[in-house]
Amino acid sequence: MAKVLVVTSGKGGVGKTTSTAALGAALAQRGEKVVVVDFDVGLRNLDLIMGAERRVVFDLINVAQGVAKLSQALIRDKRLESLWLLPASQTRDKDALTDEGVRDIIADLRTKFDWIICDSPAGIERGATLAMRYADEAVVVTNPEVSSVRDADRIIGMLDSKTVKAEKGEQLKKHVLITRYDTSRAARGEMLNIDDILEILAVPLLGIIPESQDVLKASNVGSPVTLNNASSMPARAYIDAARRLSGETVDMVVPTEQRRGFMNRLLGRRAA
Amino acid sequence: MSMKLLNLLRRRTGSAPVARERLQILLAHERGLRSQPDLLGILREEILAVVSRHVVLDPEKVIVRMDRGDAVSTLEVDIEIPNGFEKRLKVAS
Repeated sequence: MAKVLVVTSGKGGVGKTTSTAALGAALAQRGEKVVVVDFDVGLRNLDLIMGAERRVVFDLINVAQGVAKLSQALIRDKRLESLWLLPASQTRDKDALTDEGVRDIIADLRTKFDWIICDSPAGIERGATLAMRYADEAVVVTNPEVSSVRDADRIIGMLDSKTVKAEKGEQLKKHVLITRYDTSRAARGEMLNIDDILEILAVPLLGIIPESQDVLKASNVGSPVTLNNASSMPARAYIDAARRLSGETVDMVVPTEQRRGFMNRLLGRRAA
Repeated sequence: MSMKLLNLLRRRTGSAPVARERLQILLAHERGLRSQPDLLGILREEILAVVSRHVVLDPEKVIVRMDRGDAVSTLEVDIEIPNGFEKRLKVAS
């Protein structure tokens, strides 16, 4: 049965779009049929992170308003057969998206895909509430930093009250994904550690994504980090998180920074 | 005991324990506010319904505000009634 997953955070810039692309690609690589849906109307970016920005013809709003068919707006990934993108519109009218429009599109996508991953815009306004509205599960992305954790808490409250699942009295499954984590800084007490965040948010952990240059490298070239360099630390963490999403039990590995050795530094070589 | 000692040691080096403590206090407060979903909205609706049974008024001119204090909280209700409401009062009753 199809699962609708919202990737949300409240705060902007914590890694929602990066995580949507990385988890979507990792699930697709496991043979699941995945669509990643950009809900950030007016400020779309998932197309860019997925490397499909030049292939966008129709978008979510066009489909919602009946201007285009769903099949016309869906873009198939060039690397993975079972990965698709439904881009957001660049129109300035953020009210173009209605509850009914989203409901119908999600219902249609449910018949075609195993996973529907909704990339939420930042904030707690209409776009964010519509992105989570029909979700079965939620990934709450947070950085180990106070404002991000506070906003995550707020979003968790909304997931428990403003979604269709919550209104029906059902439990929406929530996960916390901690991104930009720096193990050594947390160990030195300079950064909130995993236990602090989990204790405060009281939501189970989906994964720990280390702070890494590989994330920027992947976005530069328009590739989900899990595809761009599957052996990199963040890619491995996302792949593990995707396995947990599909129900596997995977040991939680706290990513440890690979320090450049003295000799490597001396020779100006980069550690792999 | 050993945890406390550890925390004390950590406190000297890092700011994360401060972050954690601030968050815990703040979120305890904010969650408390959230758990009463729109108490003010409900109060406003009901006050409006009662008053407008006797007086014709503009719903926009009804302001309900709550100030939360440590010991006591206050509820402030500000209703603007248009001139000549008495006439309407007779009509309404």
